Amino acid sequence: MTALGLFNYWAVIFLMMVGFYTLIARGNLVKKIIGLNIFQTSVFILYITMGKITGGTAPIFVEGGEDVIYSNPIPHVLILTAIVVGVATSAVGLSLVIRIKEAFGTIEEDEIQDESL
Amino acid sequence: MTDHLPVLLVVVPLVAAPIAALLNRPRLSWAVAVAATLWALYVALELLSQTMAAGVIHYELGGWAAPYGIEYVVDPVNAWVVVIVALIGALVAPYACASVEREITEDRIPLFYAAFILCLTGLLGIAVTGDVFNVFVFLEISSLSAYALIALGSDRRALTASFQYLIMGSVGATFIVIGIGLMYVMTGTLNMADLADRLPEVSGTRTIPVAFTFLTVGITLKLALFPLHLWLPNAYTYAPSAVTAFIASTATKVGVYLLLRFFFTIFGATFSFDVMQLDRILMPLALIAIVTMSLVAIYQENVKRLLAYSSVAQIGYMVLGISFASVLGLTAGILHLFNHALIKGALFMSMGCVMYRVGSVRLERMHGLGRVMPWTMAAFVVGGLSLIGVPLTVGFISKWYLVQAALEQGMWPVAGVVLLGSLLALMYVWKVVEVAYFHEADPELGISEAPLSLLVPTWVLVLSNLYFGINASDSVGIATRAAEVLLGAL
Repeated sequence: MTALGLFNYWAVIFLMMVGFYTLIARGNLVKKIIGLNIFQTSVFILYITMGKITGGTAPIFVEGGEDVIYSNPIPHVLILTAIVVGVATSAVGLSLVIRIKEAFGTIEEDEIQDESL
Repeated sequence: MTDHLPVLLVVVPLVAAPIAALLNRPRLSWAVAVAATLWALYVALELLSQTMAAGVIHYELGGWAAPYGIEYVVDPVNAWVVVIVALIGALVAPYACASVEREITEDRIPLFYAAFILCLTGLLGIAVTGDVFNVFVFLEISSLSAYALIALGSDRRALTASFQYLIMGSVGATFIVIGIGLMYVMTGTLNMADLADRLPEVSGTRTIPVAFTFLTVGITLKLALFPLHLWLPNAYTYAPSAVTAFIASTATKVGVYLLLRFFFTIFGATFSFDVMQLDRILMPLALIAIVTMSLVAIYQENVKRLLAYSSVAQIGYMVLGISFASVLGLTAGILHLFNHALIKGALFMSMGCVMYRVGSVRLERMHGLGRVMPWTMAAFVVGGLSLIGVPLTVGFISKWYLVQAALEQGMWPVAGVVLLGSLLALMYVWKVVEVAYFHEADPELGISEAPLSLLVPTWVLVLSNLYFGINASDSVGIATRAAEVLLGAL
């Protein structure tokens, strides 16, 4: 396969690195959550990409179609679960950010560290 | 009904959690939590005795046959882990009643128990499932509820500790999902036994080593192996006492179990240790963890933080045992899984008693506690001796097998480091003992002994430290059997 044929995988790697970098480098807690989200989303795309079969149609049973090729539905199902988990993680993370804001008066990591001393 | 035990182990607590939240009365929710943990303990012991007597138990969820359906598999390895988790859960739940009332505002207590039961559900689920994606789901159930539990700590730094854990834990879990996805794309299966069959065919590709690497990093992050332990000290320090006692003795242990399951059952010891040479990474990291984290523990002024660093060092012992990849080494690792749960459970529970009466576990607030809280501090001393590895305690049994495993492979320096770790443990335990016993208490504070509802669970763990230290044949027998199962799957 050519590099272009792997376009989705390049997109996955790009998103993953963007998310991971944001997560590590940003001091703002909301931005960290956004980074985490992008990071997780890249994995969703990774799964969905590998479920695609060349020439495959949507995995809904076709009446009388003996030699129809279907895409693999399992990664989609798995990723539905992972999306739910991702939403729950963001919800917990953001509610923690709200409580941190109430307790420390800021959501910047370095200012919180100064406060904690 | 007994046929359905593997799934009832998980489903009953899963249903109990919303009930505890809906009842919305502190004492009622607590009763639900106690009932759920006792149920889990009963099922766990039943499963352990069944699997030791009759071999591996397979349970097909909803009657869908593996490898298409999700399968729960109970063998001596995970039955043992389930017993550890359920045992600690069943002791922490009664303990939590008084401890939580002191540390958490009343309107949040029912939700605390709901999160506690969910965390237990997740940990039991990880242990009992035979499907790798199901592992991820349960991992997130336990982790998300653990974040909520830690954030309930009374110090505001509990919030930042929880946030830090959330970020690192989610990254770890996502790494595990990537690893699972890459394995799936090469084999087309998620069932552990099926993966173990199919992986050798494709292990020569580049994808599988990458999957292996992602899983290694993800799992070691979850089990807090040095240097991926950064989330642990703050989380343990600022969480409510009951939560610390529970998570410290179960969450990292389940992480170690995942390490065993993925590297021995799924990838196989040959691939993990001969091809990928995992021991070359695990062993140095474990040794560094033992020495540096014990040293850091010596300089801590907050006893919960001291014990947290000591936990990272103790995880080093478990991983060290695993890195030998021999029956003796694995036995030592699996044995320490159980023994360390008993040790740290007892120690953190005794600190919970101090927290209950004194309101702080900083050393300067603990002067003379040995005289005013004799039972609490005696529990700490016995737990501390066990941590050091004094004969007649469980800590000694672990160290004994670990040193034997090192000597079996002619690794004298490694055995030396294990003993050095004990010496360092002596130093940090002594630090607490000195403050508690050789300083005068301030009589004006009027501190008295902790209530029985806290002392009884603490002492059950302390006495089991002694019992399994003197009569180790049961625990060693099960650990050896588990080690053989893991290595026999070659």
